[in-house]
Amino acid sequence: MSPLLRLEGIRKSFAGQEVLRGVDLDVAEHEVVVLVGASGSGKSTLLRCINLLEQIDDGRIVLAGDDISDPRVDADRVRSRIGVVFQHYNLFPHLRVIDNVTLAARHVHKMGKTDAAGRGLRLLTRIGLADKAREYPDRLSGGQQQRVAIARALATDPALLLLDEITSALDPELVGEVLDLVRSLKEQGATIVMATHEMAFARDVADRVVFLDGGVIVEQGAPDEFFDHPREERTRRFLARLAH
Amino acid sequence: MTVSALELERRRYRAGRARRSVWVGIASTLVFAALVVVGLSLTPGWPVVRSTFFDLGEAREAFPRVLQGIWLNIRVLLTSAVVILLFSVIVSALRTLRGAVFLPVRLLMTGYTDLFRGMPLIIVLYLVGFGIPALGFFPRLPAEFWGTLALVVTYTAYVSEVFRAGLEAVHPSQRLAARALGLSYGQTLRLVLLPQALRKVTPALMNDFVSLQKDVGLISVLGAVDAVRSAQIETSLSFNFTPYLLAGLMFVVLAIPMIRLTDWYSARLQRREQMGSIV
Repeated sequence: MSPLLRLEGIRKSFAGQEVLRGVDLDVAEHEVVVLVGASGSGKSTLLRCINLLEQIDDGRIVLAGDDISDPRVDADRVRSRIGVVFQHYNLFPHLRVIDNVTLAARHVHKMGKTDAAGRGLRLLTRIGLADKAREYPDRLSGGQQQRVAIARALATDPALLLLDEITSALDPELVGEVLDLVRSLKEQGATIVMATHEMAFARDVADRVVFLDGGVIVEQGAPDEFFDHPREERTRRFLARLAH
Repeated sequence: MTVSALELERRRYRAGRARRSVWVGIASTLVFAALVVVGLSLTPGWPVVRSTFFDLGEAREAFPRVLQGIWLNIRVLLTSAVVILLFSVIVSALRTLRGAVFLPVRLLMTGYTDLFRGMPLIIVLYLVGFGIPALGFFPRLPAEFWGTLALVVTYTAYVSEVFRAGLEAVHPSQRLAARALGLSYGQTLRLVLLPQALRKVTPALMNDFVSLQKDVGLISVLGAVDAVRSAQIETSLSFNFTPYLLAGLMFVVLAIPMIRLTDWYSARLQRREQMGSIV
């Protein structure tokens, strides 16, 4: 079976600094791939490249058989098929929670107002925040905001979900509720590529762990294998640093 | 809820301080006003000034005409404010357009805002009010039409810059989040950036409105019979300047609600941003 997402030799530099130096990665449908690595290893950049928020310098990105790195494709169409959740939530502060969630459904997918609202409310119910639908984002805790951001990303039924260190900006006691939500998404069959520093969670939820260092994939494998028997010296050093 | 004796004592003390502040404020205002009045009346030219600028009879006589004049100012004000707001949003959006095709548009808009922010309003009024009709191309239109146009041209240059600053003040992550959802550039501008920019620049916009409120008096130089022109006509009949003062006061009365509203709104924004702090 061909993968849902295929990355071939992705390269990206910022101001002469090579952040990605040839990344190859296949993600199958319903697979959860967790990217780990030190800060600056290129995890976030890779996610942004997949969503075409950054333009790659070389390589190919294929989503469900379409080469989306081709400059002739409609980037807005591509982005509407991919859900993204950011580290700092980036909710729209001038819109109520329900309008944050339904914005793309209404304006990108041209869904009717009542249809979108019904769908939005179902999503909010699923994340346990239906009672906050009429609130503005600044009335919510960080964990609640991040759950709304996830609902917003899900509202258009994306084929692929990109999560960029979505718990890094949260207070420790709020991390759990967000990770529980991701776990339930996995159980429902979502295809997810996520960058995270939560190693325990990576081990728990990942189908495959991918270790990035210096802009290349150093090692990848099933979580137990990866954490318990790392093959590469660089991986061992990285995991050892985390243990302290 | 019951309150401890300690807190009650503190509240009494704070209330006492507040009462004292009010009385001190009233007293110092009265003393200051008395000093100004006494000081003015001691100047050698005061009796002449009083009869030429503060003649109550003249004011009463000029009142109906000047009042009719200010009604024209109010109509010009409201019309131009709406048009300025609309054009400013368009100009600021055009200036943020990216892409090579839009280079001439960007250049044109930049040139426009540079030119009309630099040019004194009175000269724009002459150019528009006397220059354009002299082309002989347009049908005869009243002076207030050209006056409104000149105000729109000048103020749009300012207000569009206020909008642009507001757009640039919205955090880039908002644009990123909107584009990530698949919204187009135009949708992002309309649904995400402009609404937030508008909130940020509302105090500045209200201040520009107050400024416009008195600049509408300048359309009188084109011959429009507004409050200022009416006062001038009254003055030329009696050689008394009181009608001018009357017109001036009407502009102040017109402006005060907006000035207070601006202050109130700015204070509210500030309170909101400093929530949880008393210093």
